[in-house]
Amino acid sequence: MSQEANMRRVTAIKNGTVIDHIPAGKALSVLKMLGIEGDMSNPVSLVMNVPSKKMGGKDIIKVEDRELTQTELDRLALVAPDASVAIIRAYSVAEKLDINLTDEVVNVAKCAFTNCITVNPKEPLPHRLIVTSRMPLRLRCRYCGKEQDTEALVDNLI
Amino acid sequence: MPGLITMDDLTNEEIISILDDAERLLPVARGELYLPLLQGRILGNLFFEPSTRTRMSFETAMKRLGGDVVNLGDVKTSSVVKGETLFDTIQMVDGYTDIIAMRHPRQGAAQYACDSAKVPILNGGDGAGHHPTQTMLDLFTIRQAHGTLESLNVVLAGDLRYGRTVHSLSHALVRFGCNVIFASPDSLRMPEEIISDLKIHGAEVVETDDLLGQINDADVIYMTRIQKERFPDEEEYAKVAGAYKLEASDLDGAKSDMIIMHPLPRVDEIHPSVDSTRHARYFEQAFNGVVARMALMCRLLGVEVPEDINEQGVVL
Repeated sequence: MSQEANMRRVTAIKNGTVIDHIPAGKALSVLKMLGIEGDMSNPVSLVMNVPSKKMGGKDIIKVEDRELTQTELDRLALVAPDASVAIIRAYSVAEKLDINLTDEVVNVAKCAFTNCITVNPKEPLPHRLIVTSRMPLRLRCRYCGKEQDTEALVDNLI
Repeated sequence: MPGLITMDDLTNEEIISILDDAERLLPVARGELYLPLLQGRILGNLFFEPSTRTRMSFETAMKRLGGDVVNLGDVKTSSVVKGETLFDTIQMVDGYTDIIAMRHPRQGAAQYACDSAKVPILNGGDGAGHHPTQTMLDLFTIRQAHGTLESLNVVLAGDLRYGRTVHSLSHALVRFGCNVIFASPDSLRMPEEIISDLKIHGAEVVETDDLLGQINDADVIYMTRIQKERFPDEEEYAKVAGAYKLEASDLDGAKSDMIIMHPLPRVDEIHPSVDSTRHARYFEQAFNGVVARMALMCRLLGVEVPEDINEQGVVL
């Protein structure tokens, strides 16, 4: 099935954000990571497990009337670092945003280890998770050195 | 400011060079020679949890080198109980001192302090994390006994899960090409992330629950205390602790130069009958904490330990 056919599964949006090339099956995690829940008023379209030449299968999300911020892109990097993000204005791609998984993920998610020094919410230094592997994604807390459960990152977002 | 938080903060060459400095400082540590290399410097001893040897040996090391020490004192009477953050405590002590030695119950506290401070931080133990100054004195003791740190068979035994001394030591040993054998009860095995780190360094990690079976091939047996509070009941503790207990009669087949080490305090894991064997090295090891910490403080404060130490010091 062609790229166009994939995109036509849901209607084109006038304004908002299209997140393409999400690994198949990860769209729900992406929504959770972006804090997009059922109680928001923006229309959200989601297609899952559609064929992709590049990836074999992929998910696509379209969020209307909302443009992703850099903070949200940083979060996205933890679930779908190779996704492509386009900002749509008046039915056209106005901007293509890059997702960069930096060597260190700063103030995006907290260390999940219960005896880490960063557990005290009053401690002012940033939460820092070091990327020790990109594929598969592996992260360690800069302070306590504990490896993080990447599936549980969404529960420890800042 | 650079500090010593984990053994990764030192290269092998730096480790050897600091151990060489420590070797030269032995007469100063023994009180035979006065050499005030750190005169005018102040060490901040920040022990947020109990410590005897680490705190006292840091204090002795600084004083033997002519420096002074300020102590946090009992945490219960400090501003920590009023809810002060570690960040704020460090900001304060940073202004009072030239170098800080710290122990904290939370893992990662030393790195956190290092990121908060301008003065160097020496990690004296952070939760179940690392204890690199102990590792330096352990390495010093091993080198003293065997003349090398390379290619030795080292058995680390007891509580490997929560024992921070063995976490730091195993990293260092593997970097020097030692064979490390982890002997522990199943519930107290070395944490997975440490095993994974060691494998990255090319180590072949052997894990076993049979301590006695490792004695004859060992060059070093490093015992640790199995803590009662890690077990759900007394009976389970007694069963496990009994299997990690050395007596003099267990050492009959040991190599003549094999040494037994322990970070102390010991409870039952080394029977007093071992103390009088040629293998016992734990009390010398505790003394070596002074020279190792002297050398580390000199290094972190940028003070060179002179080659001709006997000519520069005053004989006492």
